[in-house]
Amino acid sequence: MTIHEPIIQINSMKKVYELGGETILALQSISLDIQKGDFISIIGPSGSGKSTFMNMIGCLDRPDSGEYLLDGEEVGKMKSSQLATIRNEKIGFIFQNFNLITKLTAVENVELPLIYRGMKAAERREIALGALKKVGLVDRATHLPTQLSGGQQQRVAIARALAGHPPILLADEPTGALDSKTSKEILGMMNSLNEQGHTIILITHDLDVAKKANRIVRIHDGQLYENGGEWFADTQNGIKKHQSK
Amino acid sequence: MQTLKMALKSIKANKIRAFLTMLGIIIGVSSVIVMVAIGQGSTKEVQDQIGSLGTNVLTVTVTGSDVTFKEEDVEQIRGINGIDEIAPTVSGRVTVKNGRNTVQVSMAGTTSSYLDVRDLQLQSGRFVADLDHDNHSKIAVLGSDTAQTLFGMGDPVGEYVKVNGTAYKVVGVLESVGSSLGTSGDNMVIVPLSTGQRLASTTTIGTTYVKVENEDMINSISSRIEGTMNSIVGNADSYSVSSQKDLMETASSVNKTMTFMLGGSAAISLIVGGIGIMNIMLVSVSERTKEIGIRKAIGAKRGNILLQFLLESVILSSFGGIIGVGIGLISAQIVNLATGTAITYSVPVMLLSFVFSLVVGVLFGVFPASKASKLDPIQALRYE
Repeated sequence: MTIHEPIIQINSMKKVYELGGETILALQSISLDIQKGDFISIIGPSGSGKSTFMNMIGCLDRPDSGEYLLDGEEVGKMKSSQLATIRNEKIGFIFQNFNLITKLTAVENVELPLIYRGMKAAERREIALGALKKVGLVDRATHLPTQLSGGQQQRVAIARALAGHPPILLADEPTGALDSKTSKEILGMMNSLNEQGHTIILITHDLDVAKKANRIVRIHDGQLYENGGEWFADTQNGIKKHQSK
Repeated sequence: MQTLKMALKSIKANKIRAFLTMLGIIIGVSSVIVMVAIGQGSTKEVQDQIGSLGTNVLTVTVTGSDVTFKEEDVEQIRGINGIDEIAPTVSGRVTVKNGRNTVQVSMAGTTSSYLDVRDLQLQSGRFVADLDHDNHSKIAVLGSDTAQTLFGMGDPVGEYVKVNGTAYKVVGVLESVGSSLGTSGDNMVIVPLSTGQRLASTTTIGTTYVKVENEDMINSISSRIEGTMNSIVGNADSYSVSSQKDLMETASSVNKTMTFMLGGSAAISLIVGGIGIMNIMLVSVSERTKEIGIRKAIGAKRGNILLQFLLESVILSSFGGIIGVGIGLISAQIVNLATGTAITYSVPVMLLSFVFSLVVGVLFGVFPASKASKLDPIQALRYE
């Protein structure tokens, strides 16, 4: 499945936070390559630097030092307006709590990334409806998010992520707010999207979710380890303890 | 274009709030329009009235209490070249009574030329004649309002009224001239000069109206009169010579100040309306933090967010402006119908107050909009 052509190359990325007078090393020299067509899980408990790393990959934040090549472009030192363009064109976000705009209908939500590309209304609508069709919600196009179930909302969010045809889908705990049955559906959908050639980065603290991916990396105390799945299998007790918190 | 639609949509989503936000601007714009309409209306009315008296009339007023200016002195002014007619006048306040109806009015004791010099018309009867002056006749000409107060619908000519307790025969009634700057020309009684001097218990001619033959000569005649007055009265502070033009200028400058102040205080309410918009926009920004975060995460640039919020406040203020102009026009009309106050609509003022409301929208929208655009998407997304 994996085509050996890196879409993300991260080299010794560092990020430091000041929080309440304390310096937190959120990311300590992280390096990671992700190939085109990969389905990778980044797993780690909260406080591990997972969210910071996601913000970096998602171009929502800039690293203090290190390289980040996204689709061949160095994005680590871009201005915020350039980052906005990168986010718009290269990354499709799927969030834990869906993050749909509640005042807009499903299809209007899906159109959003296209609006910021300056696309014409008719063309936009066509693409958005196409994306909704892919997630099987074309008949709910004019519903507001509040009129949809959690699973449906997440599918709308996936459609929104797909609408801009980004090379990368970045999913942050996509099943975190869903019951197990709907979670399975969403993960199944992500699998099939990966089979269609989408590069998917899935960030989670749940090993069962992470296992859906064909590659698992673990992040812990700001450092990245390959073969996260094996590590977790060895220390499942630790995870259990963490989850019960 | 798309941003405009988004802005309209979010305004539509909160109709009541949008209306309340606009209310400040609506009140501001409409009060500017009403105030200026009333101010300019009364300016125009005053100017028309003063203008109707003729711009060829000079008014010589003796103000000093210790000076005397008698009929003989008036003759000296009459001698100046270029004077058509002259009407010496003594004035005072008198009580006029007809049966049970009593009215306090201003009294003018004057000569027959007054009618022509002041450009007055008779409604019925006759005016004061020269013979009345010589005979110290107890006759009176009533202003139209005074006649109506004393006699109602009846014809007063030939009837008797009591002026300060003495019986006077009414010989005529004047045509209405309207009021200017609060003094009515219709609440008055005119008597012969000699009779008036007795009523006012003074022989000093307080006011002399001078009609010149040629309007162009008015300035040179005015200065010649001043020369003559100076030699008679001696003290330049005790008299003044003014033309209707001077009066008009004074009146309109007073009115301009009034209009300016009325319009100014209304403009302040516009600014207050703008602050209202800013408040609501700030609330809206913090309410929609999450939305802003989502929009930014999926590719909205700072400019997109800035424009969206700025457009929202401009739409609010311009809608408020348009509605305000409409309400202003309607309420000015209502004021006109209800109180009879003269109204003059001014298109530049309407445009100006509308443009001002737009400017207010931009000015007070910039701060909330830039606040929204500067939100950090990570923080904004985390916001609940």
